[in-house]
Amino acid sequence: MIINHPLLGPRDANEFVHLGDVSMIDRPDGMDADAAAKFHDYLYLRDNPAGEYRELWYHEAGDRSWLVVTRDTLTHAISSVELARDVARTRGRSK
Amino acid sequence: MSNNFRIDVKKSAGLIDRTQPMTFKFNSKTMHGFQGDTLASAMLANGERLVARSFKYHRPRGIFSAGSEEPNALVQLRTGAYQEPNTRATTAELFDGLTATSQNHRGPLGFDIMSATDLLSPFLGAGFYYKTFMWPAAFWEKLYEPIIRASAGLGSLSMLEDPDKYDKGFLHCDLLIAGAGPSGLSAALAAGRSGARVIIADEDFVLGGRLNAENHTIAGMSGHDWAQQTLAELAAMDNVRILPRTTIFGAYDHGIYGALERKTDHLPHAGDKPRQVLWRIYSKHALICAGATERSIAFANNDRPGIMLAGAVRAYANRWGVATGKQVAIFTNNDSGWQTASELSAKGVNITAIIDPRDTAPRAHIAGATIVMGASVCNTAGRKALHRITLTNGQTLNADCLGVSGGWSPNVHLTCHQRGRPVWNDDIAGFVPGGDLPVGQTIAGAANGDMTLGAALSAGHKAANGIVKELGFTNSRAQVAKADDETFAIKQFWHVTGHKQRAWIDLQNDVTTKDVKQSQAEGFKSVEHLKRYTTLGMATDQGKTSNVLGLAVMAEATGKTIPETGTTIFRPPYNPVAVGAFGGRERGQHFHPTRLTPSHRWADEQGAQFVEVGNWMRAQWFPKQGDKTWRDAVDREVIQTRASVGVCDVSTLGKIDIKGTDAAAFLNKMYSNPFAKVPVGRVRYGLMLREDGICYDDGTTARMSENHFVMTTTTANAVLVYRNMEFARQCLFPDMDVHLISTTDQWAQFAVAGPNARAVMAKIVDKVDMSNDGFPFMACADVTVCGGTPGRLFRISFSGEIAYEVAVPARYGDALIREIMDAGAEFDITPYGTEALGVMRVEKGHVTGAELDGRITAFNVNMNGMVSVKKDSIGATLSRREMMVAENQVRLVGVKPVDKSDTLSAGAHFIAPDTAPTTQNDLGWISSVCYSPHFEQHIGLGFLKGGHKRHGEIIRAWDGVRGTDVDVEIVSPHMYDPEGGLQRG
Amino acid sequence: MRYSALSILKNGLTGNKNWKPVWREPEPKKSYDYVIVGGGGHGLATAHYLAKVFKGKNIAVLEKGWIGSGNIGRNTTIVRSNYMLDGNQPFYEMSVKLWEGLEQDLNYNAMMSQRGILNLAHSDGQRDAYARRGNAMLMSGGDAELLDRDAIQKMCPFLNFDNERFPIQAGLLQRRAGTARHDAVAWGYARSADQHGVDIIQNCEVTGFQMKNGKCIGVETSRGSIKAKKTAVCVAGSSGRVMAKAGMRLPIESHVLQAFVTEGLKPTLPGVITYGAGHFYVSQSDKGGLVFGGDIDGYNTYAQRGNLPVVEDVCAGGMSIMPMIGRSRLLRMWGGVMDMSMDGSPFIDKTGIDGLYFNGGWCYGGFKATPASGYCYAHLLATETHHKHATQLRLDRFMTGNIIDEKGVGAQPNLH
Repeated sequence: MIINHPLLGPRDANEFVHLGDVSMIDRPDGMDADAAAKFHDYLYLRDNPAGEYRELWYHEAGDRSWLVVTRDTLTHAISSVELARDVARTRGRSK
Repeated sequence: MSNNFRIDVKKSAGLIDRTQPMTFKFNSKTMHGFQGDTLASAMLANGERLVARSFKYHRPRGIFSAGSEEPNALVQLRTGAYQEPNTRATTAELFDGLTATSQNHRGPLGFDIMSATDLLSPFLGAGFYYKTFMWPAAFWEKLYEPIIRASAGLGSLSMLEDPDKYDKGFLHCDLLIAGAGPSGLSAALAAGRSGARVIIADEDFVLGGRLNAENHTIAGMSGHDWAQQTLAELAAMDNVRILPRTTIFGAYDHGIYGALERKTDHLPHAGDKPRQVLWRIYSKHALICAGATERSIAFANNDRPGIMLAGAVRAYANRWGVATGKQVAIFTNNDSGWQTASELSAKGVNITAIIDPRDTAPRAHIAGATIVMGASVCNTAGRKALHRITLTNGQTLNADCLGVSGGWSPNVHLTCHQRGRPVWNDDIAGFVPGGDLPVGQTIAGAANGDMTLGAALSAGHKAANGIVKELGFTNSRAQVAKADDETFAIKQFWHVTGHKQRAWIDLQNDVTTKDVKQSQAEGFKSVEHLKRYTTLGMATDQGKTSNVLGLAVMAEATGKTIPETGTTIFRPPYNPVAVGAFGGRERGQHFHPTRLTPSHRWADEQGAQFVEVGNWMRAQWFPKQGDKTWRDAVDREVIQTRASVGVCDVSTLGKIDIKGTDAAAFLNKMYSNPFAKVPVGRVRYGLMLREDGICYDDGTTARMSENHFVMTTTTANAVLVYRNMEFARQCLFPDMDVHLISTTDQWAQFAVAGPNARAVMAKIVDKVDMSNDGFPFMACADVTVCGGTPGRLFRISFSGEIAYEVAVPARYGDALIREIMDAGAEFDITPYGTEALGVMRVEKGHVTGAELDGRITAFNVNMNGMVSVKKDSIGATLSRREMMVAENQVRLVGVKPVDKSDTLSAGAHFIAPDTAPTTQNDLGWISSVCYSPHFEQHIGLGFLKGGHKRHGEIIRAWDGVRGTDVDVEIVSPHMYDPEGGLQRG
Repeated sequence: MRYSALSILKNGLTGNKNWKPVWREPEPKKSYDYVIVGGGGHGLATAHYLAKVFKGKNIAVLEKGWIGSGNIGRNTTIVRSNYMLDGNQPFYEMSVKLWEGLEQDLNYNAMMSQRGILNLAHSDGQRDAYARRGNAMLMSGGDAELLDRDAIQKMCPFLNFDNERFPIQAGLLQRRAGTARHDAVAWGYARSADQHGVDIIQNCEVTGFQMKNGKCIGVETSRGSIKAKKTAVCVAGSSGRVMAKAGMRLPIESHVLQAFVTEGLKPTLPGVITYGAGHFYVSQSDKGGLVFGGDIDGYNTYAQRGNLPVVEDVCAGGMSIMPMIGRSRLLRMWGGVMDMSMDGSPFIDKTGIDGLYFNGGWCYGGFKATPASGYCYAHLLATETHHKHATQLRLDRFMTGNIIDEKGVGAQPNLH
């Protein structure tokens, strides 16, 4: 596969490490009252879609960017690649 | 034996060089061929008919095709470590001195005693083995299976290391063309002339595809000449790369194609060159011009040597000047068989008959041949070589070669590699690509059902022009080369019925029409069930010549049409690829990179024994003269370190530089224990959890200045911890002002430990107050060493002694170890390796990867108190789940054998006295052991259910796989200096 | 028809014309007591044990394509019980014991071949971890032997003992492990289930669940509605897709595992061998092909195909540990969709929905589990209680923290 890195252009997927669902960005707050249940759902349950999937890849053999790749799990077609940091901010993460 | 089947050069020169004769050996026979021959063409020229045995019934088999689709003529090529099983004689290029042997027979090829199975064939039909060999149960492994295994398989490996080299490479292009036949060459011309970067690859060693096997005329010249002229024009273009002897074997995601180039397989010796090269071709677009493959017709005893594909008969005559028989008969359901007859006849080969099940002959006359329309071949005779055929009209004819054509199947394989499904085309009686090709792939020519020459040339031309235009190139104005379209008419005629004999579909796996019918009768009707139950199409040719025939017979048996019956699809590779080629150079010492520590050269000079730690080589111990065992060295290193001073290279530990105004806050998230308030100039031990609450890594992190920390990780987790921290930084806390950089390779770091460590370090470090007050336990500082070399100093201890770790830029590591050894000479300093390191940490009760194995919690290692409840850190929440902190959880303990002379072994399980070693009675395990010179006995660390409350108990360490069962006392894991006074001293 | 040497002889002498269909092709009924969704190995085994051992009646297996078309139709056929953790090992040991009597139970030769599995160790730590594992195997009533380098060299002289980057130190041998003919397992279970009255319905895709008052009362299929007292889902790589129709999110991701087979070769390997320093395991089929594989590709997919980097990685591992296979040719590569769970261990459990049961999360180890999975699932369906060897295979274990993580890599499916 080829991932079109937003900063570096097309790179072979072999340079990257795959983590999983973009929802890994949405880490609950451990100080919440029902943190245990939230962390269970966050860490263990998956939509696991057959079709469009937003996922996290890490450019380990490259610039060490975490990326959010939108890829179809039936065809492997990639429709967009974003810097995970930007996506994280849009999902409300800060410090 | 001479070339008495070679056609006179004046009648058919072929593409061989008769001025360059070559000698080769098949079994014990020495034969001759010419430059340009394949092993198959040379054997045929020598009149060699019987070349192999079939897989199941060990039937005599001859050469069937003239290409890579060959199911029969598989041989072992070369000898010794170069022996190569299952090589298709039809694609093996002849070289002088070539040696080949036949395979899959016991006794000589002509008298294979395994062919007795042929007599038992009524009992060995489809799936017979599923119905028997069940009694008694133990006989399967002892009796039945060994017999089946010995009889199955084809060729043999030499069992010696493959002596050849394999290379790999990447190629990039605008347009990849798979196949250099008429459509491929026509496409390459159009694309090349537009300026696009083109790669054209073909598996053959003479490019041109069927043009080399046919008698075509293109643009007023012979097809072969046109191909050569085209190739010359392409070769002159800088933007075109021609890859002969290269098979595009697989279509992968995003336009990446796998290709295998055979570099030296056609030479007697590879020399220092690679045998093959595996190319990963990155294409913007790919055009598949893979042609079509002829298939047979099933009739009784259609598997005898001498029965071949009609197109192959034609190819041998045209390309290699070989007559495949003295009396050649043709059995065809389409016009291409007639082409064979007329061309052979023109070359003076005796055509005895043409048998065609159709009613109307496409030609009125072939010189010397009997034309039998509306009839079929219904039986043959000649066990080791065909000599007679019988027709459905009762006629019997002598023939030593029967060319059969059941039509042509487009080579759609590469269109299927991403699960595309071909569709049936009635006009050509074959499967053509459906609409679901891989993204960026187009198909043209015979592979797409353009079965005639003119159509193939223009399809390639048009497709290439369309593709390059889309890619932004301007089409050249050149027109497509002109050629006539030969006639192409076919009757869907699959097998000859009305007999009780076996009629072969899959020649290699011995699948007959009876097997297909039985499969249907037993309910294996889905094409996938058919394939799996009968093994149809699962041989080395992957059914290239047999799949469609099998489907057709199945369709008929079930009363369905072929489209209703469906088809299996193809998986990579298109043709088999040597495992060695995929492995490339990553074997032997080059399987993984080797990482050397900064003191490696020095340690090597000392005669150190090294050990693999991940990709690192670390000094394991430093032997001295007089050592009887490795233990002598390790004991000495431990004793000397604890008594005076020792030094160890710890550069392999992961090192991460952390900077930024939020660095402390960031670390406070990463570590489960508090990190926000570490004073500048101090080091803190940190425990890092995974988000699931399991211990991930531990190490020390030093605050060098307000906004600068230096973290160490374990050697094994250096990469993973860094990755996770980058994840936290970019994905969880994107607005924190913090930056990370891995510096594992940038710093050489040495641990100097022992009562005299301070004295040694005082000689190394410049201008630092080394007193216990001036540089106390857990202090850190940026320093210079040895008179101005920049460095870092940490007062941390893994051994439990007074200890320092000193770091300098990696390039000074070698110098520093020598300086430390010189400085320590007066204290009899010893270098120590990973074994002594391990002994001292077990004595001390420190955990490493043997304990933190990815399943162990802070609770298990009695460190749950370190997981702060006052803050949110990675893994803290889930570390408190009920089962993870339950009373019966295992806890870290120390362990000593009750009898001091007993040894311990890691991996032993704890069980209570007087209980049996069962899963129910399992109380835990020993994770690390060593001989402790300090305690003068074996000691260990382990995990025991409720172990923190069981110190002083005597239980058993049962190690069934090593046959030991030792009474042990459970003790605190902190065995050496439990109060820790020494390291603070 | 009972299969035997005699039946083959009789049929052979009568032109093999009297063989009968191995299973019926029934039309689906309106309602069943048990509907098993998924006609793969586990679904068919469940049907067999449910009907034969637990005397269940009125059972259907619904298969969207042809039976055995999932991972039982494409795997590397390894059968073993060499696990370490008590949530797993007794279960897999039970499975091996069932395998040992499978052919006689089914009257179908699935060619279970106990030629052993050898796990190679390349460091002291790895050897000790294997010792711990081997002891757990012995304690579960299984077999295990720890071999030293010399014993391995005697057994497998063709391994790389001269120039290995990570020298062989030791090995864990389970002699009772081996391989079986994967398709035949599906067919044998199907045939037996059919003979015990189970309706095996092919080309019948489940498109939804019928729910009433929070209870599952049947399924919608491409061949109409079917009522069921109990609906048992058993669809491996399709688990996420199917259970989503019941509104459930699972601790499962779908990934691709590639596998490879070479051209047929005369006997080359004694049994199954796994490389401890690279991603490579291999055995030889009865037909002579070397059947091998390595790691999953690592990205989520339902595409049943993989990419080149893993092929190269696996073959490099093979060349590193047994460089004599270099001149064998890779004949076919394929990919299967794995239901990778969050700790690498499976589930055989009730769901939160009455009447709906779930079996999945087998990762790439489902084949060896087929008999025990079927047996324990049938036990759960028939008795409403977990079989004693499957008590920990629960969906709620991530909530309680009773994780069964053989590899110790945590909640990341692509690392298991």
